Amino acid sequence: MNRLAQTALLFLLGATLLHAATTDLYLRYVKSGLRPLVLLAGVVLIATAAATLWYDRRRGRPAVHHHEPRVSWLLTLPVLALILVAPPALGSYSAAHTGTALTKPFGFPDLPDRGPLRLGVADYAGRAVYDDGRSLRGRQLKITGFVTLDRAGTPYLVRMGLNCCAADAQPVKIALTGEVPPVLSPDTWLEVTGRYTPRRTKDPVNDGPIPYLEVTGSRPVATPHDPYDETWNT
Amino acid sequence: MPVRTGGGTGPVAITKTAPRESGERAETGPDRDREEGRHFNSPLLLTLLLLTAVMFQGPIRGALSAPVMQSWMTVFVAVMVQALPFLVLGVLLSAAIAVFVPPSFFARALPGRPALAVPVAGAAGAVLPGCECASVPVAGALVRRGVTPAAALAFLLSAPAINPIVLTATAVAFPGDPEMVLARFVASLLVACAMGWLWHRLGRTDWLRLPAGTSHEGQGKGAAFWDSVRHDVTHAGGFLVVGAMAAATLKAVVPAEWLRLAADHPVLSVLALAVLAVLLSLCSEADAFVAASLTQFSLTARLTFLVVGPMIDLKLFAMQAGTFGRAFALRFAPATFALAVVVSALTGTVLL
Repeated sequence: MNRLAQTALLFLLGATLLHAATTDLYLRYVKSGLRPLVLLAGVVLIATAAATLWYDRRRGRPAVHHHEPRVSWLLTLPVLALILVAPPALGSYSAAHTGTALTKPFGFPDLPDRGPLRLGVADYAGRAVYDDGRSLRGRQLKITGFVTLDRAGTPYLVRMGLNCCAADAQPVKIALTGEVPPVLSPDTWLEVTGRYTPRRTKDPVNDGPIPYLEVTGSRPVATPHDPYDETWNT
Repeated sequence: MPVRTGGGTGPVAITKTAPRESGERAETGPDRDREEGRHFNSPLLLTLLLLTAVMFQGPIRGALSAPVMQSWMTVFVAVMVQALPFLVLGVLLSAAIAVFVPPSFFARALPGRPALAVPVAGAAGAVLPGCECASVPVAGALVRRGVTPAAALAFLLSAPAINPIVLTATAVAFPGDPEMVLARFVASLLVACAMGWLWHRLGRTDWLRLPAGTSHEGQGKGAAFWDSVRHDVTHAGGFLVVGAMAAATLKAVVPAEWLRLAADHPVLSVLALAVLAVLLSLCSEADAFVAASLTQFSLTARLTFLVVGPMIDLKLFAMQAGTFGRAFALRFAPATFALAVVVSALTGTVLL
C-alpha cells in the first residue's frame, strides 16, 4: 500500500470515527465517556491525511516511493464493518453465553415512596438478591430490558452492563414468571410491569444468582438511546 | 499488471531509497526488483475494493446476519473503536519523541548503567495515562532514540499497568479489597523490572528488528512528524486489527462453562485466568471490572489476570511483532507470560 492509498485510508478511518461519534452509533460499541477521545482520534487521522497531502504538494513531487507494510490493508475492515454493516449492540446471543455479572451493590439508596417504581435491571436484581427485596415488597415495578431465552426456553429480562467497550460487556439477568407473554422473541425490548417475588434461581453458566420477577403486564418498547447500562459499578 | 505511473521511480530512485523492512519480510536486491515489477497501483485497488464492497453490501450483510457473526463483529468493532484513540495518542507521542526530542535528552534523563535505567524507566511508566495500545509505539520510538532496549521494555510493560487511571479503576472495581491496588502495582512493577534486567542479561540486539522508521533527512520537522504519524498508524493499526479479530473470535467461541471447572483448583485457577487475560485482550483500563466479576476465582488468580493482561495478550503480541519484529515477540512474549504468572502468584500469596 503506497503513500497515497494510506492517506486515503487514514481519511476514511477518521471520517468513519467522526461519523460514529457524531451519531449514536458509537454507543453500540463503547461507553459514552469515550466520545471526546473518539472524536479527537477522528480529527487527528483526518489532519494526518491532510498534512501528508499538503507536504507532498509543497515539495512539488511525489515523495520517494516506499514499500509500506501490507498489514495496512487490514484497516479497511473496521471501515467497512462500521459503514456497511454497523453491527448491533450485543444482545441475547452474548447474554445467553455469559453468566450474570450481578455483584453486591455498595448500598441501597432510598426509593420514592409512591407510584409505580421505575428500576434498572441491575438495580432490581441487586435489591432482590442482596437486600431480600426489603424496599420492593408490595410495590408496582417497571423494568426495561431485552428478552433472552436459555436452552430450556426460560425467559429472562436482560440488560448488558459496560465498563469500557463491548468486549467487556456483561449481562445482569432477571427471570420472568407470572403473566409472561406467550410468544417472546429474543432481543425484543420490553417494559415489564410486575411485583417482587422471593423466588431465586442460579445462572446455568456461572451459578450466579438470578432473582425472579412476577410479571403482571408488559409492552414492547424501542431500543433505548444507550443500549448498555453504564450506571452499575462505575 | 495494472497501471503503474512512472513518476520518479526509475532505477536511480530505487537505489536511492533507503532499504525498508516491512514487518513481514526483508527486501534484498533481486527480490526488491521483482517486487517493483509486480507492484500494483494501491490507490486504484483500494477504490475498487471499497466500490465492490458497497455494490455487494446486500449479500455481505446477509452472510453476517447469524447471531454468532453479529456478536463477533460487534466485539471486533468495539475493540477497534475503543483502542484507536489510545493508539493515535501513543503514535502522536512517539512521533513527537522521534522528531522533537533530541537523543541527548534521554542520555541525561536516564542513569547511564542499564541495570539502574531499568527501574527508573519502569517507574516512569506511571506517567503515561493510557492503555497498552499507546505504550507499544512509544517504546518503539524510545529504542529508536537510543534508549537502551532493556529500559524501554521495562517502560513498555509497566506503563499500561501502573498509571493512575488504571490503578483508580482497580480501586473502584474492588471496593472491599484495597490491597488489590497495591498488589497490582507491586507485581506489575516487579515483572517489568525483572524483564528489563533479563533482557539486559540475555537479550541479543539482532532479535530486535525495528522498522527503519521514516528517514527524516531533507524534510522539515513538520513533514517528518506527520510522516511518522501516518506510517505508525497504518502499521500498528493493521496489527491492531489482527489482534482485535483474534480477541473477538475467542470471545465468541470459548464457552464460559470451562471457567467454572478451573475455579476450584488453586493452581489451575491462576493458570486459567492468566490464559484468559491473554485471550480476551481487554483494555487495561477496563480489565479490573471484568476481574471483579469473576467472583468464583480467588483474589490471587484475579491478580494474575490483572498483571498478565496489560503485559501480554493477543492484540499486544501482534503489535509487538509489528514494532519490534517477530523474532523478538516470539521470545519476549512467553518469557513475560511465565514471569508475570510466577510473580503475581507470589505477590498474591504475600499481600492478599
